[in-house]
Amino acid sequence: MTTLVVFVEHSGGNARRGSLEALGAARAAGCDCIAVLTGADAAQAAQTLGNSGAAKAVVLTGPAEHSADAVASAMAEVVSAQGADGFLAASTHHGQDLAARVAAHLDSVLFSDCTGLTSEGDSLSVQRAWLAGKVIAQLTSAAPAFCCTTRLNVFEVFEGEGSVEVSEHAISAEPKTRVVSIEAKGETKLDVKEAPVVVSGGRGMKEAEHFALIEELAAAFGDAAVGASRAVVDAGWRPHSEQVGQTGKVVAPQLYVAVGISGAIQHLAGMRTSGTIVAINKDAEAPIFKVADYGIVGDAFEVVPALAEAVRAVKAEG
Amino acid sequence: MNIIACIKRVPTTDAEVRFKADASGLETEGLPYMISFYDEIALEQAVLTKEALGGEVTALSLGPASGSKEIRECLAKGADKAVILTDDEWMSSDCRATAKRLAAAIGELDAQLVFMGRVATDRDNAAVGPMCATYLGWACVSGVIEMECGEDKGTAKVETENGIETVEFSLPAVITCNKGLNTPRYAGLKGIMAAKKKPLEEQAPAEADGQAVLSTVSAPPARPEGRIVGTGAEAVPALIDALRNEAQVL
Ligand SMILES: Cc1cc2nc3c(=O)[nH]c(=O)nc-3n(C[C@H](O)[C@H](O)[C@H](O)COP(=O)(O)OP(=O)(O)OC[C@H]3O[C@@H](n4cnc5c(N)ncnc54)[C@H](O)[C@@H]3O)c2cc1C
Ligand SMILES: Nc1ncnc2c1ncn2[C@@H]1O[C@H](COP(=O)(O)O)[C@@H](O)[C@H]1O
Repeated sequence: MTTLVVFVEHSGGNARRGSLEALGAARAAGCDCIAVLTGADAAQAAQTLGNSGAAKAVVLTGPAEHSADAVASAMAEVVSAQGADGFLAASTHHGQDLAARVAAHLDSVLFSDCTGLTSEGDSLSVQRAWLAGKVIAQLTSAAPAFCCTTRLNVFEVFEGEGSVEVSEHAISAEPKTRVVSIEAKGETKLDVKEAPVVVSGGRGMKEAEHFALIEELAAAFGDAAVGASRAVVDAGWRPHSEQVGQTGKVVAPQLYVAVGISGAIQHLAGMRTSGTIVAINKDAEAPIFKVADYGIVGDAFEVVPALAEAVRAVKAEG
Repeated sequence: MNIIACIKRVPTTDAEVRFKADASGLETEGLPYMISFYDEIALEQAVLTKEALGGEVTALSLGPASGSKEIRECLAKGADKAVILTDDEWMSSDCRATAKRLAAAIGELDAQLVFMGRVATDRDNAAVGPMCATYLGWACVSGVIEMECGEDKGTAKVETENGIETVEFSLPAVITCNKGLNTPRYAGLKGIMAAKKKPLEEQAPAEADGQAVLSTVSAPPARPEGRIVGTGAEAVPALIDALRNEAQVL
């Protein structure tokens, strides 16, 4: 049986969904999971993980919890101390950064942003995208430890009932970096990578102010984040944190709505693995319609408010 | 201060890919190349840092000797010299092997500050920077959107799912650069002329020693054929119906 140490991120004592998906990915591949957590409320978040597939949880403690290098070195120690076969994290900012450092401590290759994880006998194999999703690669590892990160919104959360044995491990390495402050974003504001619904606007919105329509549609869906094409980010209408695409974020929500976006190859790279894709564009020939499941040919300024109203009506019905 | 910018040569973002008949890899012949998008930002930050603190910028690339066209571009944009660790199979060097080979060269160059891209746009590892720093035993900040740096320490901002974090780091350090950190300059005629006289050295890299084993490559599965549900605002009910009853996402 393969045992993986899985990094679980949390906020306010609740594990983040991406981390639960990483646990789910490991369980679905037949692995046992040991969660590793750090930061305030970590012990509280750890208690709940039995129901998501973790048999054990290790909480890292010590003043250097704000240092990625010190934390990573403690996580690698946990992998060794627990006799685990590898390390797994969701491909969030911290998940990806820590996994790379942990892999180096274990002198093992890292497979990033995987969309598939399967076991073949004793070994694990991953599926991941290269070259902006134009290539799907199937890989295995000859490394001493198996390390990978999982793309968000791809893997199912494991739902069960179990208890979890929680222990502590002290962070002992001398920190070389330190997070000194966090400018938190609103509690309700989801990142485009995490949100189950993403509504993105492109140059077809014509002006930054008109993104109010995109925000209104996102608000109608509820669990939604606003995304953007590079053209509008470069124009300064939206922050880079919202850019979807090859030089932005790769997203895979259940529902992706592209409004006034032409569908350039670099944009498709960031959203083509979404569950359902809707395109709203006034040009019937726009390439975005080639990947869309449903399209409306029309003016965003008429279609988007009507769609927002219809979605609100559906949600109100319950 | 010795400053390094790590530059990867990657296929252009709109390059068409072709698969080998036995799905064992990609046909690389005739692929068009460019400097990876984020590495342009890394190079610019290296040059800006040199302009502020003094020192020398080396553009360092693990890649084919024929990649010198892209590396010359870096010299034209302000790097003082370039080192190519020549490897025609650079794209299949896995992130660990690349990180170790770059770390060995960085050690030789006696650098204090190394700038890399947040992610290279071919393999999308987003791993070489933090891995390389770990092998070197250095500080590392990933995905930097704003920074200040002095002789022995600095401060950087990164955007995470939690918000914007401010991170203090000590030197030596590896910084991976995200969009927004700066606006890369264009190479002027003067730069292009000057680049011709700047040293470009080719070295043999450390052995590849790869661990990733590629089984197959394939094209992504085609998305099921979609449809236009209608035109204008009148099409909204048909879309709602499709989202509720077919796709079941509403
Ligand atoms: C190295 C590199 C990296 C890149 N990375 C990215 C990336 O990460 N993400 C990304 O998005 N792009 C990226 N690009 C840019 C990409 O090539 C396109 O230029 C960009 O995606 C275009 O943005 P857009 O679709 O918003 O604008 P446009 O291509 O200008 O399209 C606007 C669309 O809006 C439609 N429209 C206009 N008015 C209306 C209206 N009233 N109602 C409805 N529709 C309307 C038009 O028909 C058109 O289809 C990259 C390019 C390069 C070279
Ligand atoms: N072959 C290479 N030569 C030089 N730098 C590289 C190479 N591969 C990766 N890098 C650096 O590491 C960064 C991240 O790459 P990756 O982890 O592969 O996404 C790149 O943006 C480069 O700065």
